[in-house]
Amino acid sequence: MGGSAIVDLWEGLRHAFWLIVTFDAELADIALRSLRVTLTALVIACLIALPLAALLAVRRFRWRRATIAVLNALMGLPPVVVGLIVYIFLSRSGPFGALGLLFTPTAMIIAQVIIIVPLIASIAHQSLRELWAEYHDLLISLNVTQMQKVRTLLWDARRALLTAALAGFGRGIGEVGAIMIVGGNIDNATRVLTTAIALETGKGEFALALALGFVLIALALGVNLLIHWVGQTERDSRW
Amino acid sequence: MVSDLFPLTLKGAETSRRGKRLVGPIDLSLDGQGLCVVMGPNGSGKTTLLRLMHGTARLTGGTVKWTCDTDTARHHQAFVFQQPVVLRRTVEENLAYPLQLRGVARKTARAAARDWSEKVGLEPHLQRRAMVLSGGEQQKLAIARALITDPTLVFLDEPTASLDGRAMREIEAILLQAKADGTRLILSTHDMGQARRIADEVVFMLGGKVHETGAAPQFFDAPQTPEARAFLQGDIVE
Ligand SMILES: Nc1ncnc2c1ncn2[C@@H]1O[C@H](COP(=O)(O)OP(=O)(O)O)[C@@H](O)[C@H]1O
Ligand SMILES: [Mg+2]
Repeated sequence: MGGSAIVDLWEGLRHAFWLIVTFDAELADIALRSLRVTLTALVIACLIALPLAALLAVRRFRWRRATIAVLNALMGLPPVVVGLIVYIFLSRSGPFGALGLLFTPTAMIIAQVIIIVPLIASIAHQSLRELWAEYHDLLISLNVTQMQKVRTLLWDARRALLTAALAGFGRGIGEVGAIMIVGGNIDNATRVLTTAIALETGKGEFALALALGFVLIALALGVNLLIHWVGQTERDSRW
Repeated sequence: MVSDLFPLTLKGAETSRRGKRLVGPIDLSLDGQGLCVVMGPNGSGKTTLLRLMHGTARLTGGTVKWTCDTDTARHHQAFVFQQPVVLRRTVEENLAYPLQLRGVARKTARAAARDWSEKVGLEPHLQRRAMVLSGGEQQKLAIARALITDPTLVFLDEPTASLDGRAMREIEAILLQAKADGTRLILSTHDMGQARRIADEVVFMLGGKVHETGAAPQFFDAPQTPEARAFLQGDIVE
């Protein structure tokens, strides 16, 4: 039993290596789709989450505390449930059924955005709030506009925000439950790394599943390293 | 000078928090000649008074009047805090920041930053992160950043309270130079020696109220109230 698992692992490594060096078309297709879906979701989620986090940090509006509580609660929302809800909204009889988005990459992007916005917003809010406490007196004294305030905070907290975005990317790229439901894991259309792994494991194709898994890990690590490196060079060149 | 803000008049000005009066009521009139020192023991209300004048503490009663409204007045003022606030940027970017907010061209702002860094002796640190400067250097940075927009008036809240003698001397020299260049200064301190060295005019605070005011020589030579006399002698006054 243990021996066969090790063999599988070894086989998986070899298979993965083979698939990658031969630039296997199907694998590349699936990996690129994973990247495309998650990066698109990440960009959209950041566009929503970062300004929201900044506003929550600097403005005292009526529903502020409630919004923060809701965001924190949404962070713990099971992705499967998000998938289910998006499914209901997009299904033919649902409110957005006419758009025909169910079982498309767009549906997967929508689900991922919903899953990672609370995560990014919460982490970003935490660091922006700390920065605002530091800057508050000076910026008020300087008569800054709301816009200048937000821009200053977002810019000066950019490293922490990058970390928040990374956390969102990690959560998105590794997510399987929601996109399985709303994407349907359709070959050549909505199959991504995680859903392919689930499928191959189900079929007993452990070597292939592992190969896909290694690619997934490599992608996640690669993006992390890339962003880390970008942050590093920026720091070196500035300071 | 862009505009003359003075005279400044406070009438029954006070600030409360949760129904408790922290400072006031204060009646005070300043024509802002030279350097005005707000003196008084800890907790007497110096910081709050400066913030009330600057318009960043909530006025819960009375009035604070400049020759223009408070927001416009603040545009021609700057505030240096007891604990310097430094942006998580380089020294140069810190200095350029207020100009950048006002839409000054990048090149002009950088040139001004370089200029001011020379005046306060921070030129060697121009490209360093402001966070790694010493306390005295950070306060000099904060003062230069306050002066860079050529304000009519600068408030300084105990700017040297946590600094050693040398940094204090350097900062006092910078302030006296700014005064010579025509900038009005309102500075709070609980340091009598400092007040004697630089004050032209004194506002003595006690228990949240203005206890005594006067031109510096008169105040130091012949204080009118027993509390001011005791404070000047170094007794503990509360
Ligand atoms: N944020 C605050 N909340 C409650 N009390 C405050 C606050 N700020 C100042 N005070 C009180 O107001 C009084 C004046 O404080 P402050 O203006 O800081 O005096 P000073 O600067 O002369 O030491 C003090 O009694 C202080 O405890
Ligand atoms: Mg104080």
